[in-house]
Amino acid sequence: MPFMTESTEPNSQPKTDIKTAREKLKRIVDDNSFSELDRNLLPINILRFPGYDEKLKKARASSSENEAVISGFAAINKQPCIILIFEPLFMMGSMGSVVGEKITRAFELAIKKKLPVITITASGGARMQEGVYSLMQMSKTASAVYRHSQQGLLYISVLSNPTLGGVTASFASLGDIVIAEENAQIGFTGKRIIEETTRTKLSDDFQSARFIKEHGFADMVAQEEDLRPILAKLLQLHA
Amino acid sequence: MTAIEKSLKLIRHKDRPNAVDYINHIFPDFVELCGDRLSGDDPSVVGGIASFLGRPVTVIGQVKGRTLEENIKYNFSMNRPEGYRKTLRLMKQAEKFHRPVICFVDTVGAYPGIEAEENGQHIAIANNLMLMMNLQVPIISVLIGDGGSGGALALCAANEIAALENAVLSVISPKACANILWKDSSRDIEAAQMLKMTANDLKSMRIIDEVILETNQGAHDNPFIVAENIRMYLEKCLNKYKNMPVKKLVELRNEKFRKIGEYATASEL
Repeated sequence: MPFMTESTEPNSQPKTDIKTAREKLKRIVDDNSFSELDRNLLPINILRFPGYDEKLKKARASSSENEAVISGFAAINKQPCIILIFEPLFMMGSMGSVVGEKITRAFELAIKKKLPVITITASGGARMQEGVYSLMQMSKTASAVYRHSQQGLLYISVLSNPTLGGVTASFASLGDIVIAEENAQIGFTGKRIIEETTRTKLSDDFQSARFIKEHGFADMVAQEEDLRPILAKLLQLHA
Repeated sequence: MTAIEKSLKLIRHKDRPNAVDYINHIFPDFVELCGDRLSGDDPSVVGGIASFLGRPVTVIGQVKGRTLEENIKYNFSMNRPEGYRKTLRLMKQAEKFHRPVICFVDTVGAYPGIEAEENGQHIAIANNLMLMMNLQVPIISVLIGDGGSGGALALCAANEIAALENAVLSVISPKACANILWKDSSRDIEAAQMLKMTANDLKSMRIIDEVILETNQGAHDNPFIVAENIRMYLEKCLNKYKNMPVKKLVELRNEKFRKIGEYATASEL
């Protein structure tokens, strides 16, 4: 009987060349338009989970970030928005209290400023080391999306490699428009766990961006280099 | 024996009462309603309507089996997307008829299967999390046994959440956690200890509002008393929300989750 239900660690390393979330962000938003929010929010080892402090230290060193998501004001082709991008080098982009809080604050600020929100996720899911606090960030972020949506504001979700578990099962699936990035693995349960549970070898296509679109869970599949023009167009159509 | 060891032992006890037992006891006139009106019916989630305190309510429960036959029927309590969609359909129906929603949470987790992925397990859960936030009637959730991650959370976007004394809620199953930490899933008790997932842990972290007592030997020892304790809790909650304006009800539900999270800000360090 399987007990593992959600992936907290993706099965494979991102297939694309290693580059940081900030570099990716730079290619999407207008030059010098990004103004970061909530960089001062820092994770704490609230459960005194063994090894978490060291993991955080390593994550900070390898990613040069304070946490797994970067949020801020930006413009794309001169159209203002609030944008969030996940840094998978920081503990596989997992969502704990800080990530949940930053997402929630970003949506709340967007409500106040009447701005669209764009999220670019790359996450293994909820962060195990913060236990049930991480789990509850799923509800918290879903509530933030709902309140933003109630105001008639636009939310575009871009699913990058990989987007799994507690992140696909909360805010990232709730966009008005969902874009699956080419080469992304997208799903709820990680592939390896499904293979173990069902004792089946899954095809390479399973949970691919195309698979996600074919099953009706994304509006389109996009290459990374096309994200900027697509997002610009979509923002313009909702201006 | 530590608290978590005791809890895990008791929630896996072969005679532990499940959602169907509590529903039968607390809601004797329960009428089951089936199907998600889209692609199927997931028997691992039972839903329907009944009267409570002289008024109609919608009741939903994730069901754990006790025999092999039941376990197959209830898919070892692992719900499929059709199951989550059924719960949402029944909640929207409850909203239409202005009746409160009562959820019994008991799942090892959402089903990690091929069809579940193909049918949008992630979207089914996400939709529950979001649309329950806006539901215009009170939602009360009671954790009665296993609380496996997102699959359990999908029935927890409630105004009030209680847990039976030995019920648990966790971001990851202890076995999976042990497997990641030590590549040894037999160390699940150790992992469970670290995850702080007992009812009392959840209460002290303010994730849940109340712990409902079981009997000393666990709920199977005297299911009648435990069902009565749940009934009294539900009565108290429904009375609390009976005359509350809808807007306030929804606001309070959203605020409840808004507050959850522990972090530092740089100036504090």
